[in-house]
Amino acid sequence: MTTASARIRPKRVLPGFTLSLGTTLLYLTVIILIPIAALVLTGAGIGWERFLRFVTSNSALNAFRVTLVAAGIATLINAFYGLLMAWVLTRYEFRGRVILDGLMDIPFALPTAVAGLALTALFSANGWFGGPLEAAGFQVVYALPGIIIAMAFTSIPFVVRAVQPVLEDLDPAIEEAAKTLGATPWQVFYRVILPAILPAWLGGCTVSMARSLGEFGAVVFIAGNLPGQTEIASLLAFIRIEEDNYAGAAAIALVLLCMALLLLLLSNLFQIRAARYREGGK
Amino acid sequence: MAIEIAGLRKSFARNEVLKGIDLEVRDGELIALLGPSGSGKTTLLRIIAGLDWPDYGKLEVDGTDWLAIAARDRRIGFVFQHYALFPHMTVRKNIAFGLTVRPQKTRPDAAAIAARVDELLQFLQIPHLADRLPGQLSGGQRQRVALGRALAIEPRVLLLDEPFGALDAAVRRDLRAWLRSVHDASGSTTIFVTHDQDEAFELADRVVIMGEGKIEQIGTADQIHDHPASPFVARFMGATIELPVTVTAGRASAPGIDAARLERRAFADGPATLFVRPGDLTPIADPAGLWRVKHVSSTGAVLRPVLSGPGGQEITVEVLRRAADTLTPGQTVLLRVEAGTLFPDTLSGRSGHSQPVPEQKPVPVKETQI
Repeated sequence: MTTASARIRPKRVLPGFTLSLGTTLLYLTVIILIPIAALVLTGAGIGWERFLRFVTSNSALNAFRVTLVAAGIATLINAFYGLLMAWVLTRYEFRGRVILDGLMDIPFALPTAVAGLALTALFSANGWFGGPLEAAGFQVVYALPGIIIAMAFTSIPFVVRAVQPVLEDLDPAIEEAAKTLGATPWQVFYRVILPAILPAWLGGCTVSMARSLGEFGAVVFIAGNLPGQTEIASLLAFIRIEEDNYAGAAAIALVLLCMALLLLLLSNLFQIRAARYREGGK
Repeated sequence: MAIEIAGLRKSFARNEVLKGIDLEVRDGELIALLGPSGSGKTTLLRIIAGLDWPDYGKLEVDGTDWLAIAARDRRIGFVFQHYALFPHMTVRKNIAFGLTVRPQKTRPDAAAIAARVDELLQFLQIPHLADRLPGQLSGGQRQRVALGRALAIEPRVLLLDEPFGALDAAVRRDLRAWLRSVHDASGSTTIFVTHDQDEAFELADRVVIMGEGKIEQIGTADQIHDHPASPFVARFMGATIELPVTVTAGRASAPGIDAARLERRAFADGPATLFVRPGDLTPIADPAGLWRVKHVSSTGAVLRPVLSGPGGQEITVEVLRRAADTLTPGQTVLLRVEAGTLFPDTLSGRSGHSQPVPEQKPVPVKETQI
């Protein structure tokens, strides 16, 4: 009788849970957690006063300002064009759509240094774009616009790839319903479609921003790295290491890390908000 | 609103979905479009809504040409099969949507909209759900919200696409009666699409039976049940047994079959096909009968004897178990036909007959007028 009343433990359908979870956790620790912990510990080892001095030095403040401004503008550009691109890729059937869709991943796959070189060649004084622009008195290479272009280039897929699946999943009947209820095309967009894709869109934008903040390879070629003007934060950290100033590099890196984590947190909050609507299915 | 449809044709790519639809719906009528999937009934509904456009034809509502009016200006209520509620809006906002998107001049003020929504929530018996999101509702509740959203704009025509298709049986029956009362109370002209016969006949004033892009028959339940206009309707209405017979002087006869109970009717002499429902054939024990009982299965209330006939034909009939003679495998029986419909062989498209079947031949469409 006692055995019959013992609680029955349900068997998992898929075997190997313990092993696979263990492996993943170990991998995650070695690849991600330990380096981050090392960085934080190094930063903590500097001491609060020195840390502040490193981070609030003129060169550091300038670098943060340049990075934030450039990444902010790049993200705004990506927010607009990324949404447009996702819209075009999901809403219209046209020849070459699949190719265009594939091209969207190039910034992911391309080595960022290659992207930087290509952009520099294009926008330099004797490049295809750079010549006419410079003649018109608009400096791209070795100036803020160059940094913005490099950042926008490398991070646009984040926005497109975040919005695209949500747009694809959107039930066309929802738009038709709005139409039959008397909504104009513009009302259908901002009252029905935009709210549905907003969390994914904002999520994609924050990740794009995080990526832009840390972009290094593409930016260093086109930025010219004039101290105080076009020197970005990750480059400054690199310079500090070159100067054997590990503590200074760690301090700057730590600030970048905090910004990135903050943006990731924001992105996840958007995802949670998006999940709220899907609760219970369609 | 009276709807007049004439010569409506619609193709998707090479596939002609509507092959000339003529239909008149009277003001305040409740109409069901009934047919198997692929018969074009949903396309017809979407054309009336303005979500699809026909290639040819006429669609007039109270004398106005609706093909010149966009969907959003037609003031129709459309209820989608899967409800299509706005997932990020509460029930209240969903219902209010059609009123809030109106241009400022004709838009009621916020208090009037709120009052209208409250009234509808009350009417739909869902005031307790006002602040929920669609994701938190059951299927039946979503259906009510979808209908409330459509009714909020006081539509002139209410269109429903498989309104109960995604619900379970008990909820369906509930909502059926309820939809009828909504229709009667709102006074709108209502058209709904369904593939469920019970639903169509129980709910609608008139049923339009569609098959392969054409209207096969329009009528009430009794008319369609007793006098199917075509072999298609007969089969669709459950007359799945097709018996080859010979007609002489308006009477059908065939070896082994007693068709004396059939009404005598004007019909050309010669071979024909008799369409019969499995329940309208009574096997009567007869040592000289030409049909043989192969085996008998029972559902408790109904016996289903499988019979093989003189021509090698095998059919399954249905008899009430309580009323039935005992039937044992191997026994011979006479088949008495209680009711059925005769069609000339040229129309029936029966296999085994060599006549051409005009219905199934695609007719090249050259018509370009209208």
